[in-house]
Amino acid sequence: MSLVTIRPSACPACAAAPAAEAQADHAEQPDARLLLSVPAVHCGGCIATIERDLADMAGVNSARLNLTLKRLSVDAKPGIGAQDIIARLAKLGYEAHEMDAGIISMTATEKQGRDLLMRVGVSGFAMMNVMLLSVAVWAGAEGPTRDLFHLISALIAIPTVAFAGQPFFRNAWQAARAGRMDMDGPISIAILLTLIISIYESLLSGAHAYFEAVVMLIFFLLVGRYLDFRARAVARSAAQELSALEVPRATRLSEGAEREVSVADLAVGDVVLVRPGGRVPVDGVVLSGQSELDRALLTGETLPVFASEGHVVSAGEVNLTGPLQVRVTAAGKDSSLHRMADLVATAESARMRYTTIAERAAAAYAPSIPILAFAAFVVWMYISGGDLRLSLNIAVASLIITCPCALGLAVPAVVTSASGKLFRKGLLIKDGTALERLAEVDTVVFDKTGTLTMGTPEPTNLGAHPPQALQVALTLAEGSSHPLSQALARALRAQAVVPVGMDAISEIAGYGMEGTWQGQRVRLGRADWVGAEPSDTTAAYLSIGGAIHPFTFADQLRAGAAEVVAALQAQGKSVRLISGDVPAAVQDLAARVGITDWQAGALPAEKAAQVSELQAAGHKVLMVGDGLNDTVALSVAHVSISPASAMDAARAASDMVLLGRDLRPVADAVRMSGTAMQRIRENLWQSGIYNAIFVPIALFGFATPLWAAFVMSLSSISVTLNALRLK
Amino acid sequence: MEVLAILIPVSLFLGLLGLGAFLWTLRKGMYDDPEGDSQRILDPRYDDKPKPVPPEDDPR
Repeated sequence: MSLVTIRPSACPACAAAPAAEAQADHAEQPDARLLLSVPAVHCGGCIATIERDLADMAGVNSARLNLTLKRLSVDAKPGIGAQDIIARLAKLGYEAHEMDAGIISMTATEKQGRDLLMRVGVSGFAMMNVMLLSVAVWAGAEGPTRDLFHLISALIAIPTVAFAGQPFFRNAWQAARAGRMDMDGPISIAILLTLIISIYESLLSGAHAYFEAVVMLIFFLLVGRYLDFRARAVARSAAQELSALEVPRATRLSEGAEREVSVADLAVGDVVLVRPGGRVPVDGVVLSGQSELDRALLTGETLPVFASEGHVVSAGEVNLTGPLQVRVTAAGKDSSLHRMADLVATAESARMRYTTIAERAAAAYAPSIPILAFAAFVVWMYISGGDLRLSLNIAVASLIITCPCALGLAVPAVVTSASGKLFRKGLLIKDGTALERLAEVDTVVFDKTGTLTMGTPEPTNLGAHPPQALQVALTLAEGSSHPLSQALARALRAQAVVPVGMDAISEIAGYGMEGTWQGQRVRLGRADWVGAEPSDTTAAYLSIGGAIHPFTFADQLRAGAAEVVAALQAQGKSVRLISGDVPAAVQDLAARVGITDWQAGALPAEKAAQVSELQAAGHKVLMVGDGLNDTVALSVAHVSISPASAMDAARAASDMVLLGRDLRPVADAVRMSGTAMQRIRENLWQSGIYNAIFVPIALFGFATPLWAAFVMSLSSISVTLNALRLK
Repeated sequence: MEVLAILIPVSLFLGLLGLGAFLWTLRKGMYDDPEGDSQRILDPRYDDKPKPVPPEDDPR
């Protein structure tokens, strides 16, 4: 049903002019429909919690959560924006993103899915009715009764083929015009030829008509198409989710005034303001201000880096403590981010050329169908001495029996079953061929920060400090939004430490916190500023008077990290760790998760180069990473996975996304991809064996419509059951 | 065999009826969220009375 007919028209006259209505609708839209992606929903409880809470929210008319697509649609009054809903959901503990750009293409996708489903339904009902009549014929109806039944079958089959067969005819026509031969070509020939011969036979009151076989063929093939479509629709909605994320914006300073502009509009020489907590939008040089920069997503370093006047900053770094004014040195196409995106695009187009097992099977099999039928026709013309009707009948019987009903289901049924199971475990497959590529993997490369670890620091030596130092540290740490301070404050609060009274607490941007306690100056911050000897682990230093208390931090291990490494090694994969962080931190983590093969201090380009090198040496690499520095490596790798917390670019470049915090589904996915491929191969063999048995029967002229129907349903059902066997 | 003259139209009519019902459910968007619908049946919120349907609040 189209959009126009359901929507209440603003003015009845407009109904005749959809374009005008769309405009009017835009101008005086009474209520807004917001669409949000909520990746963390997974059960009925989530539906009830979210819908109930939003129903109570002022200004929200109704909210409905689609669990299949993990998408929330909210009907809200004009004053309510997506940000309000996102804030509300955050309070409930669900992360949400607004989806905007995707809306139009999403309805197109849904329309396509509904269209396919409608054809499945029509051919299904036609199949049932034709079969009812055919069973009577097989049971022994003869003479005028049989002819009548055949003619009624024809009346049902002709419109069904005309409507439900369209996807095949369209594809075949496009392929034929482009000079290619795909699976739809032989399918269309078989459908049309069988239909025509069957009509001809019924009119001449012949014994055999293949109406039920034609309709059944269309039905099973459409089911395969629909499964395939659903798998790709889920993947596409994931891709939309990524592209629909925030438009990069920057604050430009011109003549003292601040203006929000799109990053695309920035030019070299512009000055932009980067607030604490904001991401640096462009490459540039710091003009004024001092702060610390979190470069973890760009380089994998966990330690924040100090930045002040004259320091070079890169797009993608996060400003932590003080505001910075940055003069743009490279924007748009020249920026380091954009260059990385170009590398990714190049690598991805290389990956596009991957041919799947289904395509290989179809390419090998497709030409043999018409050739076999034609050969049968010629040979029988010779044997029968020019009996056209007999020869055509045998050719049609072999056409309909060779037609790859089960082949059309063999791959989509397994892929749908496998991706459904993985989705329930928290792994979203974005790319249709990813499962197949994953099955070939023999080497797994992990990134450290944000992948094996959570990317959030945890204090490690709280026990080594006197209680008073802890109290002072808590008081100072609570005043800052620096990640180390926040982690320290959180850990101390959890230990029930209470803050002390303190005067003149202030944050010195880029250095740390300062205050006066019991008449002496206390500082918490960088080593050189506090007056301490810097160590090579992540640390914050507390000075009370002259005494120094170093608080060391370590990155928290992601749940299941050690298990996933052990499981992958048990499956015989070699596991590597390549990080941009300092050697001490990487070595420590490698020991904790049980990886012996590690490398530290790798630049983004080196990561990608290492992955390419491994692949050049004949290995198939699975890359698991989350940062901007992993992006190129992710797209170069044979197949890639990134956690949901990863940078947008990294998620966009990877084939699968881990929705939960746990890493364990990665090992499940590797294992399941192997089993899935095995099932696909079994399925292809199964349909091959059916053909090997029944094609000779057809060629010798023994096949009847009953045989064709029997073979077709038996092979399709056994292939589907085999797919469901997947554990 | 005269009974066929009644039975065949009846079976065709029933078939079309089923097809019509299927197309109706399809248009009403009942296959848009199979996962969610299987969970919603356990939701006690509308056990006593059905969810009030806002006028014209037809998804798409």
